[in-house]
Amino acid sequence: MNALAAAERSLATSPGSTAENNKERAFGETLLEVKNISLSFGGVKALSDISFDIRKGEVRAIIGPNGAGKTSMLNVINGFYHPQEGTITYKGQVRRKMRPHNAAKQGIARTFQNVALFKGMSTLDNIMTGRLLKMRGNLLLQALYWGPNLREEMRHREFCEHIIDFLEIQAIRKTPVGRLPYGLQKRVELARALAMEPDLLLLDEPMAGMNVEEKEDMCRFILDVNEEFGTTIALIEHDMGVVMDISDRIVVLDYGRKLADGPPDEVRNNEEVIRAYLGAGD
Amino acid sequence: MRNDRALWTLFILPHEALRTEAGSGPAEEGEQMSSIPLPPEELDTFPKLLAHHAKVRPHRPAMREKDYGIWQTWTWKQVQEEVRRFTAGLAAMGLRRRDKVAIIGDNRPRLYWALTATQALGGIPVPLYQDAVAEELAAILQHAEVRFAVVEDQEQVDKLLEIRERCPTLEQIIYDDPRGLRNYQQPFLHDYDRVQEEGRAYETRHPGFYEEEVAKGRAEDISIILYTSGTTGRSKGAILAAGPSIRALRDTVVFDGLTERDQVLAYLPPAWVGDHYLNYGQSMVAGFCMACPESAATVEEDLREIGPTFYFAPPRIFESLLTRVMIRMEDAGRLKRKLFHHFIGHARRYGERILNGEKVPLGPRLYYRLGELLVYGPLKNVLGFSNIRVAYTAGEAIGPDLFSFYRSLGLNLKQLYGQTEAFLYVTAQPDGEIYAETVGPVMPNVEVRIDQNGEILFKSPGQFLGYYKDEENSAEVLTEDGFVRTGDAGYFDEATGHLKIIDRARDVGQLADGSLFAPKYVENKLKFFPFIKEAVVFGHQRPFATAFINIDMDAVGNWAERHSIQYGSYQELAALPKLYEVIGENIEQVNRDLSRDPKLAGCQVRRFLILHKELDADDGELTRTRKVRRRIIQERYGNLIDALYDGSKRVHASVEVTFEDGRKGRLDGDLAIAEVRHFVAEQALAQEAAE
Repeated sequence: MNALAAAERSLATSPGSTAENNKERAFGETLLEVKNISLSFGGVKALSDISFDIRKGEVRAIIGPNGAGKTSMLNVINGFYHPQEGTITYKGQVRRKMRPHNAAKQGIARTFQNVALFKGMSTLDNIMTGRLLKMRGNLLLQALYWGPNLREEMRHREFCEHIIDFLEIQAIRKTPVGRLPYGLQKRVELARALAMEPDLLLLDEPMAGMNVEEKEDMCRFILDVNEEFGTTIALIEHDMGVVMDISDRIVVLDYGRKLADGPPDEVRNNEEVIRAYLGAGD
Repeated sequence: MRNDRALWTLFILPHEALRTEAGSGPAEEGEQMSSIPLPPEELDTFPKLLAHHAKVRPHRPAMREKDYGIWQTWTWKQVQEEVRRFTAGLAAMGLRRRDKVAIIGDNRPRLYWALTATQALGGIPVPLYQDAVAEELAAILQHAEVRFAVVEDQEQVDKLLEIRERCPTLEQIIYDDPRGLRNYQQPFLHDYDRVQEEGRAYETRHPGFYEEEVAKGRAEDISIILYTSGTTGRSKGAILAAGPSIRALRDTVVFDGLTERDQVLAYLPPAWVGDHYLNYGQSMVAGFCMACPESAATVEEDLREIGPTFYFAPPRIFESLLTRVMIRMEDAGRLKRKLFHHFIGHARRYGERILNGEKVPLGPRLYYRLGELLVYGPLKNVLGFSNIRVAYTAGEAIGPDLFSFYRSLGLNLKQLYGQTEAFLYVTAQPDGEIYAETVGPVMPNVEVRIDQNGEILFKSPGQFLGYYKDEENSAEVLTEDGFVRTGDAGYFDEATGHLKIIDRARDVGQLADGSLFAPKYVENKLKFFPFIKEAVVFGHQRPFATAFINIDMDAVGNWAERHSIQYGSYQELAALPKLYEVIGENIEQVNRDLSRDPKLAGCQVRRFLILHKELDADDGELTRTRKVRRRIIQERYGNLIDALYDGSKRVHASVEVTFEDGRKGRLDGDLAIAEVRHFVAEQALAQEAAE
């Protein structure tokens, strides 16, 4: 009983509270802005002169045909690639050159196109790794597993249990991730990213290789995350139908250039976008 | 957690552990019979019982639920508080006596509390199946004139919003889990927590209100309306009264010696009489703890952690557990596999006799104990059966092999026969008097009569008052002298005095030559084979019997893998010629069995086909409790049945299917039809002699 009350309280204070002000879906504040980004590998130009912004609390999609530069864009935001030109403003500050773990510390979490989990570890352990940055104790104290460290671990475990409950993966809590079907692995990856309590969640093709039912589940989870935790989400996706349904605004890339940017209806009727997707008519 | 302890006692005190696990001996039972501390008889409603337990055993666990990975426990006192607050909340929202409250969702403590709270206010709870599609819900909500609905989550809320227009009586909806409902602005939607808060305020305005309301409850009050799943079309709402229900519950609590120390896992649909009786009802009378699983997918693990002492499962669950164990044993190392089969063999010879308390020589007895240590104990532990004192199965016939397998492990598995209309028991097997093919002698205080066409009639203490707003059906089922027609055909076995069920009386028909046709009896025999999940046998007014077969995907898939047979889908798997051979052999064996019984020899299946889709409740082919709806299947698959009789070798099937999200599609396929050998009575005997 006490534990339940405590759990409820923690739910009320941690992720839920930010969502309260989210109800009107007003995305005034800009969380991240990329300006005139260009990225090339040797002679190959992956991105040229891309600018767009991501506002707090929205679901932002980046779409485009194969090789359009979507993942490169995500890697730039993530700090994995460093663009030759352009600036990135995150939480109001122009960002310097940095490494992915700095991005993680600043509240950017991501999932990968090809699942990147620890296959031999259980679902729960994988999700717990998402809490690593939040853990305070040092190696020795953690090894002792006593006193303040025990309490800390319990707190983190409780947080992870909320996510497990949220994503409905209780049944696989102790299953080694390598034994799970692909769709579930994707969900575990999302869980791990959520365990970081990110301000900005980057999802790289969260629905790739899924069947219709799994896709529908994933859509619901993405919307729920956005709604309940108030997490800002930037996602890359192939499936146009899915993107149109769940995103607030969409950026369309093609051959490293920005084709369009706007709400789903606008993008859907944009001639250039139609041409890029259906092939050139001329 | 508890099972580990059980395992330890096995090492330290093998004798004691065995005795308590294998059910109570006769002496112990006699002792329990006299000393079971039942609540006073004048407590004739469920809220009164709850108040009693909150007073007598305030700190005993009443309810558990696994939440966030940990078992949360509520004591009787805490449950009383929760119920009280919710009751006040309902009153604040304007619920009046005799208003109907629909309760829809999985086994969640709060939904059970909502049930008690409704009863406390004199309202009538109407639990509904959580997987029912919106249409089904609408039909019942309209029929029962439901005013309030207490539901689990967004899924149920969405369904109700979809049909609200058509249910004018439905005023308020209360949900337990707020997830995903944040942006729902409808004024008639309420969070469970908020209702309880309102309740707290209401209570300060009306002190002593709860006690007054509970005291107003009478034995003749309607305590619940249970809608039967209905093997034929429309569901009927059985009205049950509080007093009689509790009288029936007291009898079975004594019968099985249940006490506050028992524990159950409530994992079956709350709208089903079995869950309402065995878990909710019995725990309210005996004061034991009811545990709710974390989710439907974790039931097996939860079972292992809780280690219930009283367990109920329909035969199909026991069957799928056994199938899974066998499949996993095939993947085990050689030594383990050998050990397993060796000791299971020993158990098959002696286990049941030891459980029944028969005389068994010392050698095998000791060897059985070694088996318990090495195989049976660990196996039961894995299944979550270590602490089970009493286990029941019912609903369908159980295969004799399956039944004795579990019994031989030392699991006190018994059969009962009951109905929603009887709430619940009509007959049940007492410890030590167990036969696979009967359902036991008549329960105390129950009367049973067989009428001239073989139909079973009963009169029981918990018996229903009639179907809600359904004079016609009520009159059809209730006789003038107060008996209830079961619709089942059966007879009392002369040797044992136990009741034996043959079939639904309505389904028993005649073949063209006038001989007896009992489809269910044959289907059950077919379903005892691991590959056959479901079978539908036809033959009424026809020259011979034929069958549709539904395969068990798990078992057949595993078999195909072992034989390196490739398949891409259920449909491909079902069409394998090699599978037809195997199924054909199974049917042949059933035919041989049937040919020995001169009364049923005509029911032998001569032609069959394997269906390309699984029979599904969403398509209306099965009831929500997975019973075959014969008439609907005949309509949907008319051309396949014709093909079974016109001698064709193949037939084209095209059938509409409903997906889980309610969309519809069409499934096409060419199905093969195969012939099976059948036997005349003498032929079978001769062949046996030759063998």
